[in-house]
Amino acid sequence: MPWKTPEGRMYTQTDEWIMLDGRSALVGITDYAQDQLSDIVYVELPTSGDSFDKNDIFATVESVKAAADVNLPASGKVTEVNNGLEDEPELINTDPYDGAWFVKIDVQDISQIEDLMNASTYIDYCNSRSS
Amino acid sequence: MTTLDNIPEPTVYDLSSPGRSGVTLPKPDVPIQELPENILRDDLDLPELTQLDVIRHFQSLSQLNHSIDSGFYPLGSCTMKYNPRVNEDAARLIGFLHSHPLQDVNTVQGNLALMYELQEWLKEIGGFAAVTLQPAAGAHGELTGIMMMRNYHLARGDKSRLKILIPDSAHGTNPASTTMSGLEVIELPSDDRGNVDVDALRSYCGEDIVGLMITNPNTLGLFEEHIEEVVQIVRDCGGLIYGDGANMNALTGIVRPGDLGFDVMHYNLHKTFSTPHGGGGPGSGPVGVSERLVDFLPTPIVTIVEKGNDQDPPLYGFATPKHTIGRMKAFNGQFGVLVRAYTYIRVHGAAGLRSNSEHAVLNANYLLSKVQDVYHVPYKRACLHEFVVEGRWHDAPDIHALDISKRLMDFGFHPPTNYFPLIVHEALMIEPTETESRETLDKFADALLQIANEARDEPELLLTAPHITPSARMDEIQAARQLVLCCRPSYLLDPQYVKK
Repeated sequence: MPWKTPEGRMYTQTDEWIMLDGRSALVGITDYAQDQLSDIVYVELPTSGDSFDKNDIFATVESVKAAADVNLPASGKVTEVNNGLEDEPELINTDPYDGAWFVKIDVQDISQIEDLMNASTYIDYCNSRSS
Repeated sequence: MTTLDNIPEPTVYDLSSPGRSGVTLPKPDVPIQELPENILRDDLDLPELTQLDVIRHFQSLSQLNHSIDSGFYPLGSCTMKYNPRVNEDAARLIGFLHSHPLQDVNTVQGNLALMYELQEWLKEIGGFAAVTLQPAAGAHGELTGIMMMRNYHLARGDKSRLKILIPDSAHGTNPASTTMSGLEVIELPSDDRGNVDVDALRSYCGEDIVGLMITNPNTLGLFEEHIEEVVQIVRDCGGLIYGDGANMNALTGIVRPGDLGFDVMHYNLHKTFSTPHGGGGPGSGPVGVSERLVDFLPTPIVTIVEKGNDQDPPLYGFATPKHTIGRMKAFNGQFGVLVRAYTYIRVHGAAGLRSNSEHAVLNANYLLSKVQDVYHVPYKRACLHEFVVEGRWHDAPDIHALDISKRLMDFGFHPPTNYFPLIVHEALMIEPTETESRETLDKFADALLQIANEARDEPELLLTAPHITPSARMDEIQAARQLVLCCRPSYLLDPQYVKK
């Protein structure tokens, strides 16, 4: 399956992406994740100012098939929330990497991101699970 | 596509006509007291229909529906077995039917005797020390069980245990009940044979664990091959074992969960013990416990207050366990359902219950053997009472489990459970139960095989299914994104409408 995995982002085993810009970063779920979930009908987001540790559940998405937790790829404080997703959750299906970012965070420890997968490792990881 | 404009039966509000009524009230024989002006309302939107209108409306709705009485219903993990009519006869015996939960216990000794015996039988069937009949359904039983487990640790002065281990194949109610109890869920992965990953379990076990919630056979329909080791690992770190009894129809009369070391388990009377469900009646989720949790059971428990003798039956009454978690439900559970389950057990006896489980397992394996060459089976093992296959093929890329399910409706079958368990791609979970004949199983297998061919040759047939049902395919996405919680007359939706 040709899932999109753009360069310039790092990927988690639980199918989130994180894109670093200085000390702040955007976080969302991957094309593979939205494809597995199918049509997303609901999303629950944190509020600006919330702090989470790496791998903490910070959001929930619900599709016609299942509900799924979304984990934060690195510890940090939420500085901005893409609240538009609550009214337009289908954006996660159509534009998972750009329009449908979930939160912007201040990253506490950038080295936590270096441990994640890059685009080419992640696409192999997706393919290995879909056989 | 079905929309609000072409639903086959109007809502009861749309059938309403001002001034119609289904009853004629007698003249009051007490002085009439006017209600205060400030609490009078004219916007309650109550429908106004004759009795015949109402009867025809609900009769029509019932005929649009699929039920176990109208056809095969292989909904995995739900055990949609036949509901024997003798259960209904027993539940309609006047003494049961007309009793009231507030009656003096001396006047309802028969009801209490039935509850006491049912408690005793469920103890014996599950290998438990005591049973409560209070919980109103399976998930309510889970909540009851988790609360007892938590209180067990607290009563020992151990306040550090806040986590419950739950396999990734579990019913969604398990993490929900845990969260409702204020505890944290730790998800356990499954191994490549569909069992709990024992190494992962070992790595998570510690002094912060309340216990493990486990379903056996699990939702893949597979018996946990390392169950004794799993129980021992959790025991060794001081945890308790919760058994989700949803799949007990595979084991009744064969394996007693209490003997495996389970401390708590809920039964689903509406699954294993043949009482109606799925819109047909309330559930009921009695919970059995091991010795260590007896004192924590909900209050009250039915007990013998005075022993009987050759002439007189015992006197039944209620008792409150020493460290009870309190009351989980008003009165004494779903009594009418308890009567039906009691009847089922009484009719079948020990040998009959075992035979039913054996036939449930046989039927599932028969069906599995007929479809496994065409539908991919993720964990290739003999199944118990249900099995899970993948509803997808690489050479039919547009077809999903949902399309197969919708197409099955054209053959007159209720679809299997879809997209669960979550660890299987495009899961179709099929549970035939023991009450289906070989002919029905053959017809269902033939339908599945035909649909697999259609998926390659005529995919449109699947993608546009169902074709013969009263409603065409529903727009699930729109329904979830834009909830219309109807039950208002349609004239209120009209922007031109002016309130009287």
